[in-house]
Amino acid sequence: MKDIIRIGNGQGFWGDSIDAPVRLAKDGPLDYLTLDYLAEVTLSIMQRQKLKNPKAGFAHDFLDLIKRILPEISEKGLKVITNAGGVNPQSCRNELIQLAQSSDSDMKIGVIQGDDIFPTLAELRTKGVTFENMDTGDSFDSIADNVYSANVYINSITIAEALEKGAQIVLAGRVSDPGLALGPCIYEFGWNSDNYDLLAAGTLAGHITECGAQCTGGNYSRWQDVPDLAGVGYPIIEMQPNGEFCITKHDNSGGLVNRETIGEQVLYEMGDPNHYISPDVCVDFTSFKLNDLGHNKVAITNVAGLIPTDTYKVSISYFAGYKASGQLTISGPNAYEKAQLTAEIIWKRLKNSGVTYQDTSTEYLGLSSCHRDINPVPSQINEVVLRLGVKDANKDNVNRFGKEIAPVITSGPPGITGFSGGRPKAQEIVAYWPALIPKELVHTTVDVI
Amino acid sequence: MKIQLNQIAHARSGDKGAHSNVGLMFKSKQLYEWAKSHITTDLVKVHFQSIAKGAIVRYEMDNLLALNFILGDSLGGGGSESLINDAQGKTHGQALLLMEVDLPDNLVQFVNKK
Repeated sequence: MKDIIRIGNGQGFWGDSIDAPVRLAKDGPLDYLTLDYLAEVTLSIMQRQKLKNPKAGFAHDFLDLIKRILPEISEKGLKVITNAGGVNPQSCRNELIQLAQSSDSDMKIGVIQGDDIFPTLAELRTKGVTFENMDTGDSFDSIADNVYSANVYINSITIAEALEKGAQIVLAGRVSDPGLALGPCIYEFGWNSDNYDLLAAGTLAGHITECGAQCTGGNYSRWQDVPDLAGVGYPIIEMQPNGEFCITKHDNSGGLVNRETIGEQVLYEMGDPNHYISPDVCVDFTSFKLNDLGHNKVAITNVAGLIPTDTYKVSISYFAGYKASGQLTISGPNAYEKAQLTAEIIWKRLKNSGVTYQDTSTEYLGLSSCHRDINPVPSQINEVVLRLGVKDANKDNVNRFGKEIAPVITSGPPGITGFSGGRPKAQEIVAYWPALIPKELVHTTVDVI
Repeated sequence: MKIQLNQIAHARSGDKGAHSNVGLMFKSKQLYEWAKSHITTDLVKVHFQSIAKGAIVRYEMDNLLALNFILGDSLGGGGSESLINDAQGKTHGQALLLMEVDLPDNLVQFVNKK
């Protein structure tokens, strides 16, 4: 057994830096590279791509990345664990195999399946799964006809199993984000599924690193203290067999790792810290000890875990109507008063043409749009961006809004600019519906070729 | 001494469905103990009255010297359904750091100079 394994996370979300994972792979020692490409909405986009083209439905960016780090995988033994498989990990694997063959590399690729329950939703409902909204308690009947995708957050044992079978790249769909880091710990150190403290340590480590540079100086309250954010290093977990671990980054990279950069990220998207529920374990975030070792290294010990729940979380996406937003820049004397008049004019013209909306929004960017009355209104405002939005089930009504923005430049108060990119068009709203499913009804498979 | 929380605390926020959470973390045990008795849910409710329409819940994390606040119904519906600019509550941490508080003299030594 190894004394320590190094797990770096090079992708915090779909659209994160394309160079960060390459630097992680090449600029220092690393055993595992984890990459998170999925958000709730991503899976619905992929599901629709797959409907149009049976070979689509995964994160294409991932293929471009693998081309750049192929030598590290095939020659230096770096292993890659990702949810880039989306709703079509098989197709992603086929493309990877072609890519490897064209470079004369031989790679073993593992595919984890079983998270995508979209095709079997009706069958599961006849078995008694209600898919009631776990936040609101609303009945699934209200969205049943509009579902785009349904994926279960499956456990990390599947990742360990793929590694056990020799996979150098593990392709999953909807595994939990922290699970990408927990999987290799289970495999390397043989952690048991009932050793909750160890599983909790791996899950906490994965939680800290899952958003990439957000634990190495990005989005940090004391941003003035962070050196070289342009060259920010992405996080690395140094995990030991006993579940004690450090968070650090490569020596030659920018950014900052200290008690506060790690602590802030522990708090990110936190609910009840006593019960952080993952598919593998329930973590007590009030348990651990955090020790700043200096030199961009923080040690975490004494993580406590509790028995996991008997359900998995299901991420369901559904069509919920249309929305559009448009903006204009208003400058010069009395900018705010002119912006208020501009908004009034646009809403009145839409009303006069007989269009109404389920919901509208009027915001003044640059003037407390984020923090509302927490800020006092300044006496002088030299320019402001007016941002208007509408939401409705009727697509034509939403597109009608888009046609009412530009006219005000020549038929409203003076000093209005910043209308570019054409008329705002109606976009589909793909909404999120969290639900639960009994674990025994989910069947995962792991195959490696 | 009147100060902004920005001078004594760290914060980070994000979304939890239709709600947001704000984690508020302190550098010293003395500041944290003071915050536990002074940064109450009532105070946070008033501070976020124009943003959070629902209830405020507070959790304590003694190990991290941190408080975690859930701001109920603070995202205009949340997720992709929301029309507002900050639909994920990314800026709510900075908003909490704008809070003005009266810090007792014995804690003034912990105030950030810059």
